Amino acid sequence: MAFVTANWNPLGEAFYRKIELYEMGWNLKDGLRECLVAAAPYGGPIALLKGHNRRSPSARPQLEIYSSSGVPLASFTWKSGVVKQLGWTVSDDLLCVQEDGTVLVYDLFGGFKRHFSMGNEVSQSQVLETKIFHSPYGTGVAIFTGALRFTLATNIDDIKLRRLPEVPGLQGAPTCWAVLTQDRQSKVLVANGSHLFVLDNTACTHVTPPGLSPQATSIVHMCVSFSYKYLALLTDSGHVWMGTSNLKEKLSEVDTKIKSSPKQMAWCRRPKSQQPSAVVMWDGLLVVVGECNETIQYHLDDDSILVPELDGVRIISGTHHELLQEVPGACEEIFKIASMAPGALLLEAHKEYEKESQKADEYLREIKEQSLLSEAVRQCVEAAGHEYEPETQKTLLRAASFGKCFLSNFPPEQFVIMCRDLRVLNAVRDFTVGIPLTHTQFKQMTVQVLIDRLVYRKLYPLAIEICRYLKTPEYQGVSRVLKHWACYKVQQKEESDEIIAKTVSVKLADAAGISYSEIATKAYESGRTELAIKLLEFEPRSGEQVPLLLKMKKSPLALSKAIESGDTDLVYTVVMYLKNELNRGDFFMMLRNQPVALSLYKQFCKHQEQDTLKDLFNQDDDHEELGNFYVKSSYKEQRLEARIALLQSAVDEYYKAKNEFSAKTTEDEMRLLRFQRKLEEEKGETLVGFSLHETMTTLLSVGLHKHAEQLYKDFRVPDKRFWWLKLKALAVKEDWEELEKFAKSKKSPIGYLPFVEVCIKHHNKPEAKKYVSKVTPEQKVKAHLAVGDMEGAAEAAIERRNESEISTVLSRCSTTTDQLLMERLNRAKATVAKK
Amino acid sequence: MTIFYDYGWNRLNRIQNHFRKKVDEVYPASDSVVGSLHMAHTERRDAPELPDFSLLKRLARDQLIFLLEQLPGKKDLFIDADLMSPLDRIANVTILKQHEVDKLYKVELKPIVSNSDQLCFLIRPRIQTVKWISDLVNSDKVAGRFRRYKIIFTPQKFYACETVLEEQGVYGDVTIDEWNFYILPLDDDILSLELPEFFRDNFLEGDQRWVTTAGSALHLLQTVYGSFSKVYGIGRCAKMVYESWRELMEEGEQRTRQPEFAKVFLIDRDVDYVTPLCSQVVYEGLVDDIFRIKCGSVEFGPDVTSSDKSIKVMLNSQDKVFNEIRNEHFSNVFGFLSQKAKNLQTAYDKRRGMDIQQMKAFVADELKGLKQEHRLLSLHIGASESMMKKKTKQDFQELLKTEHSLLEGFEIRECITYIEEHINRQVSMIESLRLLCLLSITENGLLSKDYRSLKAQYLQSYGIEHLLTFANLRQLGILEEQQAGETLTVMESRVGKLVNDKTVGKLTDAFSSLAKKSNFRALSKRLALVPKSGEEYDLRIPRDMAYIFSGAYIPLSCKLIEQVLERDGWTGLEEVTRMLNGQDFAVTGGSGSEARNRTDAQRIVLVMFLGGCTYSEISALRFLGKERGCRFIVVTTAITNSARLLEALLDNHA
Repeated sequence: MAFVTANWNPLGEAFYRKIELYEMGWNLKDGLRECLVAAAPYGGPIALLKGHNRRSPSARPQLEIYSSSGVPLASFTWKSGVVKQLGWTVSDDLLCVQEDGTVLVYDLFGGFKRHFSMGNEVSQSQVLETKIFHSPYGTGVAIFTGALRFTLATNIDDIKLRRLPEVPGLQGAPTCWAVLTQDRQSKVLVANGSHLFVLDNTACTHVTPPGLSPQATSIVHMCVSFSYKYLALLTDSGHVWMGTSNLKEKLSEVDTKIKSSPKQMAWCRRPKSQQPSAVVMWDGLLVVVGECNETIQYHLDDDSILVPELDGVRIISGTHHELLQEVPGACEEIFKIASMAPGALLLEAHKEYEKESQKADEYLREIKEQSLLSEAVRQCVEAAGHEYEPETQKTLLRAASFGKCFLSNFPPEQFVIMCRDLRVLNAVRDFTVGIPLTHTQFKQMTVQVLIDRLVYRKLYPLAIEICRYLKTPEYQGVSRVLKHWACYKVQQKEESDEIIAKTVSVKLADAAGISYSEIATKAYESGRTELAIKLLEFEPRSGEQVPLLLKMKKSPLALSKAIESGDTDLVYTVVMYLKNELNRGDFFMMLRNQPVALSLYKQFCKHQEQDTLKDLFNQDDDHEELGNFYVKSSYKEQRLEARIALLQSAVDEYYKAKNEFSAKTTEDEMRLLRFQRKLEEEKGETLVGFSLHETMTTLLSVGLHKHAEQLYKDFRVPDKRFWWLKLKALAVKEDWEELEKFAKSKKSPIGYLPFVEVCIKHHNKPEAKKYVSKVTPEQKVKAHLAVGDMEGAAEAAIERRNESEISTVLSRCSTTTDQLLMERLNRAKATVAKK
Repeated sequence: MTIFYDYGWNRLNRIQNHFRKKVDEVYPASDSVVGSLHMAHTERRDAPELPDFSLLKRLARDQLIFLLEQLPGKKDLFIDADLMSPLDRIANVTILKQHEVDKLYKVELKPIVSNSDQLCFLIRPRIQTVKWISDLVNSDKVAGRFRRYKIIFTPQKFYACETVLEEQGVYGDVTIDEWNFYILPLDDDILSLELPEFFRDNFLEGDQRWVTTAGSALHLLQTVYGSFSKVYGIGRCAKMVYESWRELMEEGEQRTRQPEFAKVFLIDRDVDYVTPLCSQVVYEGLVDDIFRIKCGSVEFGPDVTSSDKSIKVMLNSQDKVFNEIRNEHFSNVFGFLSQKAKNLQTAYDKRRGMDIQQMKAFVADELKGLKQEHRLLSLHIGASESMMKKKTKQDFQELLKTEHSLLEGFEIRECITYIEEHINRQVSMIESLRLLCLLSITENGLLSKDYRSLKAQYLQSYGIEHLLTFANLRQLGILEEQQAGETLTVMESRVGKLVNDKTVGKLTDAFSSLAKKSNFRALSKRLALVPKSGEEYDLRIPRDMAYIFSGAYIPLSCKLIEQVLERDGWTGLEEVTRMLNGQDFAVTGGSGSEARNRTDAQRIVLVMFLGGCTYSEISALRFLGKERGCRFIVVTTAITNSARLLEALLDNHA
């Protein structure tokens, strides 16, 4: 184990190590020379464009895509325009930015996906330089154009182009520039000679890095850290300035003593690292600079590129793939020569234990005496996560497990999770898969994203295996992978529809939360409509079936599916679609066959298209509804003539519908309207629109008795109603004389009790008393009570020998004043009861 | 019949007179009736705990805030008029202002006056409103004014709305969001979807757009409070809601949690129209009938508050006085209130003879509570008095008598005469219609002669536009003419020819629900809904749920629930369901909770009314729960009563 530190190099307080990840599987004749290279972070794929500067049609450039281990994934001849820059998106798509500002998007396997343009201005002035960057909003593209301006799109999935302000004094390409994300927006940092500018949406600000060495006359290179928090500048004097990206603070400045221009520079910093450090690469030389004046230098045999990562830098050359990083704290504690850290002692103790030596006990005691055993276990577990060799991982984990035996309350989660994580990591680091993730990166990107990446690489079995192993909820895990698999499967042209449909349904049968419609959409997109329909049969949610069926122009099927679902909104979707797709006749015919859809469409028309509604009723010969329709429209009409005309149409329709009653009523209404208008003109009373009852009330209240009488006769108003009406109207006017005349005119069809009650209601007791005598015997008691005549009420009740009436009177008697009366009533009650 | 209800109302008169005098003398000293008062709704000690529904409010509020934050910066907010009160219960003005809402406006479908560059609309998904917004956007465009527009549909958006935006050419100018505010908890045991239009849309217009909304509401309850062990239901809509809910269940992730409700009962409003059409005589129902409770709060006018201003009062279990009288028959309320007043006086009187220390403690601990109680008490006394005045003026007794005769099927001729007089005297448009409907449902439709004459008289009284109202009522089957001629089967075969086989089944369902017979009389007999006449019914000690209608009628809806829960299904009720047009179902849930013993949750039953329920029904269920040692939670599309139900069917102003 002594060799663990063999590749360690000290720099100030910390150590740096360079680990070999892979011996590259590719076979490149000229290495990376003359290649445009793009490697995605998080151990992503590598794209190479060989001979991109060649312009003759006879020797077109070749685009090749490899995994991080150099396993070829795709290769094809580049036939489009001149490529300025390659880059990868967060979802493992390859972006190729052309000279004219067109960006082509390819998938991992070289399949063309789409293209988009960076705008007219860019295509006219041509792309000079471009950078592809990642931010919380997705993958972005920044372009420096021939017009010496920057154009930027923060998210290529939702392109909003921004042209940044002009940089003052810029004559040609800037010496160097970088994109950084700050305060929720993307900015560009530009160096023109010794001047440094920050460009944001609105302004170009001149900035000065604090404490930048005065010898420098020009900033020749810059790089921003993975987290956008830190900035490193390389000056023509060979100084590397490191500070925060908001330029508020300087962290260090180191003289590299090399004045030539470097090929690449990258931050080599991991979360919680001890010092800021950057890696600068020249031809054949790699220098790590930190806080102190010394540097670490590595020789490079071959052309290489640097790939900055969250916790280090990957170095890819024509033959090898290496990781350079600061040695993580836990590893340093354990493996540093002569370390007495608890973790180191525990590892030693375990070694002795394996040798069956009693020294194990001594070491253990030493840790336990300082009560640092749990710390020791924690260190071993953590260190295991940072080690790349499975053997080292195992040794550390065994030591941790050994230490755990002597602890009673140590929580097991950390150990268990680390074992699981490492198993997954070792699986994906395998040469055939080629995703060299570190533990820190894995935790940052999450399992979900890792599974996505595996799915993009079509490594479905491995992805499912990992989901099952990590017990990811089915919904986000296995089901998701299966869905992707199915989407891929339906694009395989060589197999027949039946076979594919069957394989898919068998595999997906018991997986939860599968969306068949998504799979069907894929099938449809690859031109297999029949297969799509077959797959849709498996989709349980009609809400998902219908839109796709519409897209596939299977509208009758879509309509019946929507209706079957009982989801009105869905039916609307189809109906509205059909309304725009079909001509009116066909549309109506289709609706006729689907009553549910028809009734919904009528509903819609009621609010939006009244005329269409009429046409629909006409088509169905629904005269009843047409009648109702006209009646309804008649209220909206202000002019009386138009109103009557509409009502006439209603009458005609009602007759056609054999609804005599409605027809007659409507005719009456027309007559009433005419009558009202005539009277309005003659007498100046507002009447139009009143109901018959209201009209008569109004007439009576203004004393137009004759006209009221006329309505009474013309409209065959029932006697009772008329009497009630007149009675109330007269009472309201308090025209008691007329009321009496009216009462005597003939025998009242409503009896005379209402007369009594109406008078009382208007507080006219004397008048009320006049009618008490006319009331029928059955209502006598009530009438007397109404006018407050207790004696009379008692008289009447006793006369009628009605027990309940006597009780009613009794209940109204007051114990103080009606003593005598009560006695009489009680006696009467007793006699009645006897019989 | 006459005897018992005379008993109720005469006694009430007496108490009232007595009471009023006493109240004037600063709280009464004694009342023998009150001493023996036995309230119907003292809570049982073993009643299960109800889940905490305030969580739903919090969820809704958080989502709303999230949506508002999606439009950063100052903005004006336009709110649909009928969303104002529910919104107020979720997030008040202060919260809205905190999230940069500048001014609040009510949607009035008129041109707006707003200087803001960002407009946010919080609306129900209605075509009319969306059309208005489109016009607004277009007129801004013409004026060359640039603004941001955001429409938040609640509880969900509908495709038809998006279509309108598209047709008006503004789809790209507005952003659309959904605020999934499905449920508003009105009280500990009342959850409302606040969708009054559900009733008309679903039952009259045949538009089932809200079915998924109801399904989502149940799904929400399930995700927050755990799954259910058993689901029962009756009605076409109930079935569809269940289906929609089931689909959501299968789609989402299954979480096995201890359920907080045991059983769910779904019921369509059209299963029982009689109950909501009856006059309410339980205190809470009566308050709703007279003052109209809106979103759990009521505005008492000057006649109640005996001052010159109106007061808004929240009516829920937090109001200690209200909580004790809400489920009481009105005739008991006065007695209770006077007893309460007496107790209050005693509590106040304690002050006399206190030393300084005691007085200090009294002021600190009790006085505030007493004052609060005093305030509430005088409000409810005022409300009761005001109700009393209104209800005697209109011959309430006569009205009740007619209603009870109709329910009993007794002296129908007299009832018709009474209704006729009611129409002729133009007492009230809605009341007359209500009596007509009750008559038709209980009698299985009116004789042709009666139907025509009553309809003609009604139209003469209230105008010809009610021709359409009558058409609606006929379509719903609640006001019909008895027909000998064309039967359902004729109609069916005529339409059947037009339709393919697959939908024929559904269509038949639709028609049978359209043209169904109420069978009220037979149902009433079968389920013993109307107690034998002449029997004395003591309203102070209710025997059964009939107490909510003065002992004259057990609400059909609640009786069905009782029967199904008792039998754990529909077995034995086959004839009843046949008369209700079938459409019943009972499903055992996935959580296999048979093994679980009687935990609290097992005794909580969720009842969902599709198309609204009345406060009387809620009172009846509370009574039932008390009898059975379980608790009911009512989920309803909206709180309804006879007036709201019928107003939804009017077509005179559309």
